Formats: sequence, C-alpha cells, structure tokens
Amino acid sequence: MERYYQPEIECASLEKIREIQSEKLVKQVKHVWDNVPYYRKKMEAKGVTPDDIKSVDDLHKLPFLSKADLRESYPYGLLGVPKSDVVRIHSTSGTTGKRVIAYYTQHDIDLWEDCCARAITAAGGTEDDVCQVSYGFGLFTGGAGLNGGSHKVGCMTVPISSGNTDRQIMFINDLQATILCCTPSYAAYLGERMQELGYGPDDIPLKAGIFGAEAWSEEMRHSIEKTMGIKAFDIYGLTELSGPGVAFECSAQRGMHVNEDHFIVEIIDPETEEVLPEGSQGELVFTAVDKEAFPMIRYRTRDICRVSREKCSCGRTLIRMAKPMGRSDDMLIIRGVNVFPSEIETVLLNNGYAANYQIVVDRVNNTDTLDVQVEMTPEMFNDNVGEVEQRQKKLEADLKSMLGIKAKVSLLAPKSITRSEGKAVRVIDRRKI
Amino acid sequence: MSIQQISVFLENKPGTLKKMTGVLAENKIDLRATSLAETKDFGIARLIVDDAISAINTLKEHDFVASLTPVLAIEIPDEAGGLDKLLEAFDNENVNIEYMYAFSGGKSVNSAYMIFRVADTKAAEARLVGKGVKILTQEDIANI
Repeated sequence: MERYYQPEIECASLEKIREIQSEKLVKQVKHVWDNVPYYRKKMEAKGVTPDDIKSVDDLHKLPFLSKADLRESYPYGLLGVPKSDVVRIHSTSGTTGKRVIAYYTQHDIDLWEDCCARAITAAGGTEDDVCQVSYGFGLFTGGAGLNGGSHKVGCMTVPISSGNTDRQIMFINDLQATILCCTPSYAAYLGERMQELGYGPDDIPLKAGIFGAEAWSEEMRHSIEKTMGIKAFDIYGLTELSGPGVAFECSAQRGMHVNEDHFIVEIIDPETEEVLPEGSQGELVFTAVDKEAFPMIRYRTRDICRVSREKCSCGRTLIRMAKPMGRSDDMLIIRGVNVFPSEIETVLLNNGYAANYQIVVDRVNNTDTLDVQVEMTPEMFNDNVGEVEQRQKKLEADLKSMLGIKAKVSLLAPKSITRSEGKAVRVIDRRKI
Repeated sequence: MSIQQISVFLENKPGTLKKMTGVLAENKIDLRATSLAETKDFGIARLIVDDAISAINTLKEHDFVASLTPVLAIEIPDEAGGLDKLLEAFDNENVNIEYMYAFSGGKSVNSAYMIFRVADTKAAEARLVGKGVKILTQEDIANI
C-alpha cells in the first residue's frame, strides 16, 4: 500500500514548493492556451501569452476565472481535453445556469484521491482503519472523493452514503468503524442520535471524523468531539477544483494545509482584485496546476479567509488556510448544499406567490434550518384551512425538488416583510459560526 | 338567504388577532360571532358582522387578506336539545357540515344562532326550507 504521508512534499521547503508549482504552472498555462479557447481569449484580452509565464511569480499576470465564466462557458467551454479522455463528471447542486459541471480524466481522479488520502492520513488513518463514508454519493463530490482517498490509504471503506441514520449507527457499531466522513451537521446529528440510544463517547468505536462541505464553528467541533469521543478534522474543497481535499486539517487542528503541489493559493481583495500579502483577509483564489480536464486558473472561490505560512506543530510546511468566514456573494451553503436565493424566487413565482420573500437560515441543534417566508396574497387565500395547507405543502415540495434540501414555508401577513429601498435583504442568516 | 362570513388570514404571531379587532373597532364594525381555525403555522379568523361589505373593505384597506364565504345562519331556541333537533333536520336532508360555530342571544330573547359552512349552500338551503328551520338573512343578522 502506498503511503500518503509524503514529507518530501508536505514538509518541503518553500523553495521546493515554488519550484514544483512553477514547473507545473508553466506547463498548465501552455495546456490551457492550446486547448481551452475560452481561457485563451481571456489571456489575449489581457495581452498575456504562455511565454510571459515563467514561474509562480508571474501568476498575477493571468486573468481570473469566476463563477460567471463557468456559467457562460457551460457546459463544455472550459473542458481542456477531448471528451474521449474524460472518465467522469461531478456537479454542484445548482440549477441550470448555475450548476457547475466539472470533468475528470483518470489522472485528475488520481490526484484528487491522493489529496483526500493525505487528508485521511493526516487525521490518523491507516490500512488498519474502517472508514465510513457518509457523504452523499453521486454527482456530489463528497462521497466519491473520500471514498477514493480511503481506498488509496487502504482503509476498509464503507461507502454507505448519507441518510438512514439508524443504519449508519448499526454499521459504525457492527463493523467497528474508526473514521467517519460526512458533513459536520450530519455528524452532529449522528452524535445526538447515538446519545439518545444510550451510547457514551467511550462506547463509540470512532476515533476520527473528517467533516467538510459546509462552514462549521469551533464550538460545533468541540461538541461533536465530546459526544462521539473523536477528533474532528476539517476538510476544504470545491467541485470546480476537484472536490474535497484541496486543503485538509492535521493533528494540530489549527487551519487546513493546502495541497500546494496541486493548488496554488492567492488571497485577493474582492473589489480591486489586487493580490494581498500573506496574513491578510481576502478572497481565496486557487490555481489547479496539474488538472487536465477542467484546468482552473486563478479561480475566484468567493470564500473569504486568511492564509498563513507560520510553522505548524505537525511538521508540515504546506500553507494553512483558516476556516472561510463567508462568501462574498449571496450563495448560501445549507447542510452542505449550495442554495441561491434566486432559485427560491423561481419556485415562489412558479407557485403564484409574489417575489417578496425572506429566507431565514438558522442552526438548531447543530443542523441548518431553512425557512422561506412568503406573504399571503388574496389569490392564495381560501377559507378552507386544508386548501391553504395543501398549497403550503406543494410549495415546500417544489422547493425541496429545486434545492435538494428541505425548506419550511412560513405564511406571513401581507406587507410584513420589510420593503427595502435599495438591494433587498432577502437572506437573514442567524447561524452563529 | 345565506349570509356572508368574512374569513381573514392571520399570521401565527402574537398580536395579529388584536390588530384585526383594533381595525374593526376603529371602524365601528359590530361583531356578531367569531371563530378561529388554526394550524401549526397560521390561522383563519371567521367573522359574522353587522355590515359584511364595509368590514371586508376596511380589512383590505389595512392590508389584511380577507374573503367572503357564504354560510347558513340558523336561529334555534336556546334550550336543551335545540341544536340536536336542528341537526336532525340536517341528517334527514343529508346535508354535510364542514364546520359550525354558535352564539347565544342570551336568555332574554331565548334564541341561539348557529353558523354552518356546507359544501353547497344553495342546495342545503333548498332542502332545509319548510323543515321547521329558521334561516336568517343578512338583514336579520344586522338587527340582532
């Protein structure tokens, strides 16, 4: 079995990292110039050619890619290889127009799984572990990424996917699972359920959890760790960049190490797009230097965060990123799923409701809740309680099928939602993260 | 001969009902009977008033969602067995009741008034007429 603690990379000197990055970046820019006309046009518009890119120091000369570019080039505009070389796709939860489809060659899958394997190894995983992957499988990257990483580490992998909580608990107990991979809110829920069933932290065989795909607080980490008697590790990634494993937490649990041999990280000012010095807070920008099928260069994540090269007690020298503090646009991440207020608006309008609505996101017992508040209209009102309730249920069902997660609909009195004079305040996020 | 009931949507939060009664009081709307249907998430207030048209206009002016629903108002003697006797007529005529509520005229007039919501008001009326059932008009209600 290959080893996925790779000190020659993970503990390399900054010079060595930059050397690896420079070499890969030069090749990647040529690849994109030759194979992705969409990005080549952006380079030409900026007056940059591959000859201008000689090392990572030249990275700032390259144009950014944003979510808008992904939308514009959907579905194949950023594909960097012939379709015959693509072996898989994954996708974000957005609807048409906002859905991101990411492509993978076998090489891309391998490097992604390597990243996840490093994350599992950093969380203490070895071939002696039983790793239960309770992220969703399918288009979502969570299940596939950790499943692949777990295989590479050599864990006995349990690809159980999400849901069916009591069955999850049965497998954890019967198979004596030692590592759990899922979203932090699901981990919290599992912990709570196990507590209800009478399991104390010492009765639960798990020793570590790798939790990502949504923002979570240190308080939540402590609560999960205490309930399950485990160490809880954060993991970061985006479908655009491959999936989970772009960055991972080590035993120090003080920020996530970026897999810098595959991803170059920059922090920029989201307004001016200027690159900020290390330690500044700004928008995370990643360049995937060796992905073939979906080669993201200077991809703006919209995640606001800080990075630091301070020495880590684990010995790794890979740069660390803090937990992202928020998104610089209005996308919500609820229970690990991307939710755009505009999607909710579409459903409301389709159901005959006014476009005046409010979305209240909260966290109750460590689980995100989504409350869509709409105003009652004369058209929707009826003296028959059952009919009004039925409309409410239909709206909830439509929201669920659009968003992929459950939403509660609250019917408010007319004009009870404050009308704003400028940009409407659609989202009230009460989660304290 | 049916009368108009006003149905008002009420958001489930403290003070909503009071806001509605405040609007009615300010505009001198006299309530004859009220009933509140509630679910976990919202409520529907049902009102019988002296002047239904002016009441619904007033409510709409104050941003309430309200609608008119035809209901049957029936006067019965305010005594033991009064309602039972009336419902016997409903039974005999096979009239199905969706909901009902009541108000008493007090012992001085010795009458009670029943409000019935049925699926087909007109058909129910036609069947009950001449069966010893005293169906009230909008005018009767105003004069109670």
